Amino acid sequence: MTMESAQTIAGPVPASAASDVSLARAVVSPHPYATQRAAELAAKAATVSPRRDTLLYLNGVTKSFDGFKAINNLSLVVAKGEMRAIIGPNGAGKTTMMDIITGKTRPDTGEVYYRGDVDLTAHDEASIAAMGIGRKFQKPTVFESQTVEDNLRLSLAGSRSIFAALFHRKDESERDAIGRILATTRLTEKRRTLAADLSHGQKQWLEIGMLLAQDPELLLVDEPVAGMTDAETAETARLLREIAQTRSVVVVEHDMHFVRELGVKVTCLHEGSVLSEGSLDAVSADPRVIEVYLGR
Amino acid sequence: MMLGRLLGPRVWLLVAALLAAAILVPMANLWLPADSPLHVPSYMVPLFGKYLCYALLALALDLVWGFVGILSLGHGAFFALGGYAMGMYLMRQIGSRGVYGNPVLPDFMVFLNWDRLPWFWHGFDQFWFAALMVVLVPGLLAFVFGYFAFRSRVTGVYLSIITQAMTYALLLAFFRNDMGFGGNNGLTDFKELLGFSIASQGTRAGLFAATCIALALGVLLVGGVTRSKLGKLMIAVRDAESRTRFLGWRAEHVKLFAFTVSAVMAGIAGALYVPQVGIINPGEFAPVNSIEVVVWAAVGGRGTILGPVLGALLVNAGKSYFTVAAPEFWLFVLGGLFVVVTLFLPRGIVGTIDHGWNALRDRRRSLSAEDGTGAPPQLPPQSPAADRTSMPDGALPSPAE
Repeated sequence: MTMESAQTIAGPVPASAASDVSLARAVVSPHPYATQRAAELAAKAATVSPRRDTLLYLNGVTKSFDGFKAINNLSLVVAKGEMRAIIGPNGAGKTTMMDIITGKTRPDTGEVYYRGDVDLTAHDEASIAAMGIGRKFQKPTVFESQTVEDNLRLSLAGSRSIFAALFHRKDESERDAIGRILATTRLTEKRRTLAADLSHGQKQWLEIGMLLAQDPELLLVDEPVAGMTDAETAETARLLREIAQTRSVVVVEHDMHFVRELGVKVTCLHEGSVLSEGSLDAVSADPRVIEVYLGR
Repeated sequence: MMLGRLLGPRVWLLVAALLAAAILVPMANLWLPADSPLHVPSYMVPLFGKYLCYALLALALDLVWGFVGILSLGHGAFFALGGYAMGMYLMRQIGSRGVYGNPVLPDFMVFLNWDRLPWFWHGFDQFWFAALMVVLVPGLLAFVFGYFAFRSRVTGVYLSIITQAMTYALLLAFFRNDMGFGGNNGLTDFKELLGFSIASQGTRAGLFAATCIALALGVLLVGGVTRSKLGKLMIAVRDAESRTRFLGWRAEHVKLFAFTVSAVMAGIAGALYVPQVGIINPGEFAPVNSIEVVVWAAVGGRGTILGPVLGALLVNAGKSYFTVAAPEFWLFVLGGLFVVVTLFLPRGIVGTIDHGWNALRDRRRSLSAEDGTGAPPQLPPQSPAADRTSMPDGALPSPAE
């Protein structure tokens, strides 16, 4: 069969595609659009590759409020299953960074990717939470007028539809899931207590429990030990290490003793960008970090 | 009892009381002789029927204000829209008995030299259609209004102001004769409802009973919704909206649901109100009416189910009494009442009683604990995973870095 007749049988294949017989294209598909699509995918895979295996990927993120650059060309990568501590003086942009990751604030420029290919800047808080990013606020924020159990029940992973909530029925598996979280967060005795009646430290733990109930892949924890006693701080470090065995955790904290107890990689932020990164000893030995903390 | 646990005994008591009133009041009015001590005078039946409509309106407001924290200052608009839908049906029922004797056009249209019915008046000669509109029109307005307001995250004072603006805009619109709703005279001169004479004692008693039943259903609905997981979510949105968002809930959907359901309840209240008072005019859209509803709910206790019902009944009974006994003082009494409640009873009557009761119970418990007669204190909770031997170590103050 000649080239001519093959072309007649193939029909709408344009002459240019038929004459340009590159081997790769021929293997993928005879159709030109499929070939084009394959090339696009390959190009995308090539650009994605540096962030493919990351859980959280921030690149060149900038956010300014009325001219003040809260975040300035920030780049940060958190691997799957990693626990990371973020330190930095007041106003370093730690909370703004969390706002950007959780969809509360949109960055002016820069890329924010989750699981390698989900663009977080295109989603709002509720859908980002549903994707598996949990966030604990600096000030413990729980539903004060409800019991500890109900706080957790509202947080449990599951349908977030209004009508499903209206016709929701309590069941054994839900009770067990709540029981497990209560045990993890040391609140079993407080099951029926109103959240408003908890101590400050217990509220912090309840909020962490609420994040756990969401079953997130990534937890963002903002100053979990602010205002805690030393015993509570030690207990919180233990709790976070326990959680980090199965999930990724990013902890923002001022308390250096607590960060040491966590024993993880540390990122130091200053004026909206990364100043230093590494083990706590390496970071605290960094002359730039010392200058920022002790003043110049 | 399964049902008692589902809704709480108080809700069932309220429902039982309303159903009893629905049966006993009409009986005492129609069948007991006028000199009997238990006889209910005829003027009181529509008067209390009116109060019960207000109670349903206050309950509707409480669903959004008390449970979701949306202070709507425009609930009177939904009430009036429901009332207008019912009024349009009642107007069409007049038929050729009107002053001008036109079998199709209501009197005010003949007076304005209109030659045919505007398109939006069609269908209102059928009760089922009017009943549908009573529910749909306020519901749809609330849905559209709420969709844009909640999506744009308008909250607090700003939301209150735009709800007030909404009812004020409707007030101005309904005042215009060109709107086709009777201008500032509104709709009145009603003759019949479902073939029963509107002025007859039997019809009034029937309307009273219908209002009691509607309020009882409203109480069951609000009780059911607020006891469900959605109800807990509503309270969560009220107390910490951003937390619900970061848990993956769409707070705007919760608000939109409550706002729409509440507007439908307000519309039904308005529809029951109009045949009992015999008139609906644009004055019902007046912003001050909506503010008065807030006062009722606040006096009774927002965030409770009994509270707004009790508040609406008490304040309106007070209003009826004072406007006769000392008409020039009523507005001062109302204003003073709101100041007193805000300053001294921020939880309202029902909320304050509940709170006092709980405080008393806690005090008894702590007294018995002091005596050593109570249960022994529980051991502090400890982590199952915690290494017990290292606990004292961690408890020691550690040098700061």
